[in-house]
Amino acid sequence: MAVELLSEPGASSAPPTDNPSRRGIVNFVGRRLVHLIGLLVGVALLGFVLMELSPVDPIDAYVGGDAVRLGEEQRALIAERWGLDDPTPERLARWAGNLITGDMGTSTVFNAPVTHVIGERFVASLALLATAWLLSGVLGFVLGLVAAATRGSLLDRSIRWFAYTLASAPTFWVGLLLLTLVAVQLGWAPTSGATPVGLDPAAATLGQRLHHLFLPALTLSVVGIAPITLHTRARAVEVLGSDVVLFARAQGDSGWSLIRHRVVRNAAVPALMLQFASISELLGGSVLAEQVFNYPGLGQATVRAGIQGDVPLLLGIALFATVLVYVGNQMGDIAQRLVDPRVPVFDGGARQ
Amino acid sequence: MSARALSGPGLSIREAGWLPDRRRQAIWTVAALALVLAAVVVAGTLLADVAAKPDLMARRQPPSLAHPFGTDWLGRDLLARTLVGLRLSLMVGTLAAAVSASIALVLSGVAAALGRWMDTAVSWLVDLFLAIPHLILLILVAFALGGGISGVVVAVALTHWPTLTRLLRGEARRVMQSDYVRLSHHLGKPGWWVARHHLVRHLVPQFTVGLILLFPHAILHEAALSFLGFGLPPDSPAIGIILSDSMRELSSGAWWLALLPGFALLAVVKSVDVLGEQLRALTDPRSVHE
Repeated sequence: MAVELLSEPGASSAPPTDNPSRRGIVNFVGRRLVHLIGLLVGVALLGFVLMELSPVDPIDAYVGGDAVRLGEEQRALIAERWGLDDPTPERLARWAGNLITGDMGTSTVFNAPVTHVIGERFVASLALLATAWLLSGVLGFVLGLVAAATRGSLLDRSIRWFAYTLASAPTFWVGLLLLTLVAVQLGWAPTSGATPVGLDPAAATLGQRLHHLFLPALTLSVVGIAPITLHTRARAVEVLGSDVVLFARAQGDSGWSLIRHRVVRNAAVPALMLQFASISELLGGSVLAEQVFNYPGLGQATVRAGIQGDVPLLLGIALFATVLVYVGNQMGDIAQRLVDPRVPVFDGGARQ
Repeated sequence: MSARALSGPGLSIREAGWLPDRRRQAIWTVAALALVLAAVVVAGTLLADVAAKPDLMARRQPPSLAHPFGTDWLGRDLLARTLVGLRLSLMVGTLAAAVSASIALVLSGVAAALGRWMDTAVSWLVDLFLAIPHLILLILVAFALGGGISGVVVAVALTHWPTLTRLLRGEARRVMQSDYVRLSHHLGKPGWWVARHHLVRHLVPQFTVGLILLFPHAILHEAALSFLGFGLPPDSPAIGIILSDSMRELSSGAWWLALLPGFALLAVVKSVDVLGEQLRALTDPRSVHE
């Protein structure tokens, strides 16, 4: 470790990866695509089995409170239209066949194609997810560096205490507290929705949207700050104790300049990795944050699909989330390789 | 490892003198926290009747001496409801930690013992369960069981094994590839002997600590699921439901409905977390001399 660190990061050591061969890239992308397809098949099968196990009657769930007034004949008609009485393997084959052509079925809650619902809802969530993602990454990284630079001080201890406590706090409770304090008591932000109540959502201005975005994004960012802070701090402390820094200090470098030149890039490696891997947690957190602030995004749609028994939408969201999480993990992997000159960018090999 | 610990600077006289205090402190912390958590469970059991009793003359009262956490929209004592809810959380957490940790132990054992093919299968299974955001997986499982309290409990219990499995599998592989295990094989010891004398002894500390550290996740997920409205009946005193009820009252300024029960949940989660970390410090061979 110490020997490796002696070579200045980014400058010396062999730069083996500046011109990866085309075959290397194809190999790299191909492997990962195959892995992703395998996972998607697994998720689809797992999801299908779980939905099969469910005792929730799809027709009752669809009609809701009117189920009592539904006659036997109408019931049979719906069952036939949806093919509910066909044997399980046949339904699985039909669903899988449709999935391959990009048809995820029709959402019973929103009465629209699942792909359409997911697309529309995801666009609404995207602003929220992206803001929270950037906020937690930047805040976590800066807090981690500050804690490492002031190691052992009161500031360091409070940052660590803050991060550990945040990691134990339920997301939705943090949201409720922000809602009570900032929106209700102080009145600085709206309490719910993505656009002002009673206004056509399409007519809302950018300012109004940002105003509505602020609290949910802050709540959601809480999910990711703690791990990034703690890992950045740990790596930065390690680098500060290494020979590179000792040598730099001997040359007269110190303070912010030392951190900027010797620590930032090194500490960015675990932070980037975690930041991209956090997409899974972020999507889960958005379900809770959107529920608290009644924000009309994908997370809220997930809850409605689960409670009102919208099987096609639930499965569609599970598959969509799987793709997002996988892409996030791969991007983290590539970003780490780009920052860390010791790891070749496209070697085609799997991690570990 | 042991060679480094013996020859390294870790055991200077000064630190050796400092060592027992640190250990004693950790043991006291563990004992105190365990006592607090046990008290919560006992209080939650005794207060079940108080928590369910409405008092329509005392609705939405802010915290006072008679009602330290205030009362809700039916005049039920919020402290009692919170304690009953925490007891439920701790029980779900215990069950989930036990079930998930057992699954992790079996899967990692199978992966380590039954050869490469099985190892690949287990790590693919871990990848699969980590590929879906956890909360969405929980919703799918709860839906598969038709909701209800059993749906929430089973969903939380059945989905917390992947990270621990990954950890234990790595540890098991490290042990199986070590020199002393190879030596045992060369000496003609059978596989089960190696498993019992080398593998199990290395996995037990990791397993115990992993089991306790599953707790906080399980508790938070139980609260999240019941907050979202999956499963538990709306009048049952679970922390998630208390907090979800509080949402309707927030605009009327009843701040205590959300603040205090959530804070109690945070305190319990953090206690379990600290308990696990202290136990880790006590049992992990890498930090036991710090």
